[in-house]
Amino acid sequence: MATDLRSPLNLEAPAAVAVRGLDKSFGKQHVLRGVDLDMAPGEFVALLGRSGSGKSTLLRVLARLDTEYTGEASVPERRAVAFQDARLLPWKRVLDNVLLGQSGKAARERGVDTLAEVGLADKAKAWPHTLSGGEGQRAALARALVREPELLLLDEPFGALDALTRLKMHALLRRLWAVHRPSVLLVTHDVDEAIVLADRVLVLTEGRISLDVGVELPEANPRRSPEFADLRDRLLGELGVSESER
Amino acid sequence: MTTIPIKKVGQLDIRAATARLRLDRLRILIGPVVLVAVWQIGSATGLIPEQTLAAPSTVISAAGGLIETGRLQEHLLVSLGRAATGLTLGVLIGAVLAIVAGLFRLGEDLIDGPMQILRAIPALALVPLAIVWFGIGEEVKIFLVVFATAFPVYVNTHAAIRGLDPRFGELARTAELGKFALVRKVILPGALPGFFTGLRFATAISWLVLVVSEQINATSGIGYLMTQARSFAQTDIIVVGLVVYGLLGLISDRLVRFTEGRVLPWRRTFEAR
Repeated sequence: MATDLRSPLNLEAPAAVAVRGLDKSFGKQHVLRGVDLDMAPGEFVALLGRSGSGKSTLLRVLARLDTEYTGEASVPERRAVAFQDARLLPWKRVLDNVLLGQSGKAARERGVDTLAEVGLADKAKAWPHTLSGGEGQRAALARALVREPELLLLDEPFGALDALTRLKMHALLRRLWAVHRPSVLLVTHDVDEAIVLADRVLVLTEGRISLDVGVELPEANPRRSPEFADLRDRLLGELGVSESER
Repeated sequence: MTTIPIKKVGQLDIRAATARLRLDRLRILIGPVVLVAVWQIGSATGLIPEQTLAAPSTVISAAGGLIETGRLQEHLLVSLGRAATGLTLGVLIGAVLAIVAGLFRLGEDLIDGPMQILRAIPALALVPLAIVWFGIGEEVKIFLVVFATAFPVYVNTHAAIRGLDPRFGELARTAELGKFALVRKVILPGALPGFFTGLRFATAISWLVLVVSEQINATSGIGYLMTQARSFAQTDIIVVGLVVYGLLGLISDRLVRFTEGRVLPWRRTFEAR
């Protein structure tokens, strides 16, 4: 399932993502310093980090947008990426944007279905500039899902949305994930978002994963549970936010 | 019942708005009408001598005469043919060069330098050389139009390709678009607005170049009609020529803009209505 992109890697574990000793520099700036990361199929992982911590760089390596690194990074063949901006081609209607790089009747039907899934069935023929910010991101999610990815990479996809829209998008993403079950790596700087969405939260500090913690919250009212507050404090502390700033 | 007839209110609003719009349109006409009126009065009272500028009424009758004898149509057709041929060739050359330079590094290195240097030469400065090359036949006029129109198309299309948001390139990679699909689905449509900007410039310039070259050495065309009229101090015919040139420029610009609107419906327009 997982194809090795660099050099032979021992694939005894059925991991969706396997990263070993990943190093990446931009000139003199050492951005990633020996990152190890395993993700199980269907696992939802959030990657937290301050600005410049290298979290987007790690995502770009996994997306194969960046191929100049040392170390090993093995990712599934079927990957999809959603960025902070919806990045819809302005000259293609929404459905054609969703179908970018896909061809055939089956893909088209899947595109229509996926648009309906994200609640944009009636926007299939709309031009991107007529969409709101949230609708644009939903279209971008549909474009990612239509590829039926084994690994879904999300680079702060809700960062530019208003707070209310963001909450709705969280619920939508959770729902889509439950149905399609890709492995998800969500890069974000929003601690609450990470806790609410992910099974596991990683903190990247100066190019290394400094914290790797599972999320276990009670079913009812997870956001108001003491577990939530504890984890939030811990993560914020790891990110260097002092108590008075929280 | 106290329900408000919403639809009716809406209709009334629309009617009021259209009426206002119509009034606005009429207001635009006030300036030109006053101008022509002043001109006519000036001519009638002798303030503007006939040999300086013919009266509007004389111009209209001159135009009528030219149309009746078929001379205006004949020369207009010749001018139109020259502009269309030159413009088509020039736009084609400009667009092809821009695409080659925009897509291939080698193309960029080979094409862009020479184009930027040649661009600095005003097309009309080439008239003497063009006459030496082509004599005074049709080729000169068409060559000048081709030369003058290729550059705006090249420059604007090339800049549009170069200026494409690199994030779209990244998107294409994540969508695993092939080279061909990248060009067809991302680069060319993204460069179309720039191409149209170039096309509008080129259209305007084609008339400019044609006016001059038809007045220098021609035996047909609107410019020739005007030069001939100059020899006999027929200011009425000269003004007819000016009006025709003006109309041609206006109509061709509208045509390009109309096509642009049709081809680029996705564009957010900020143009004032």
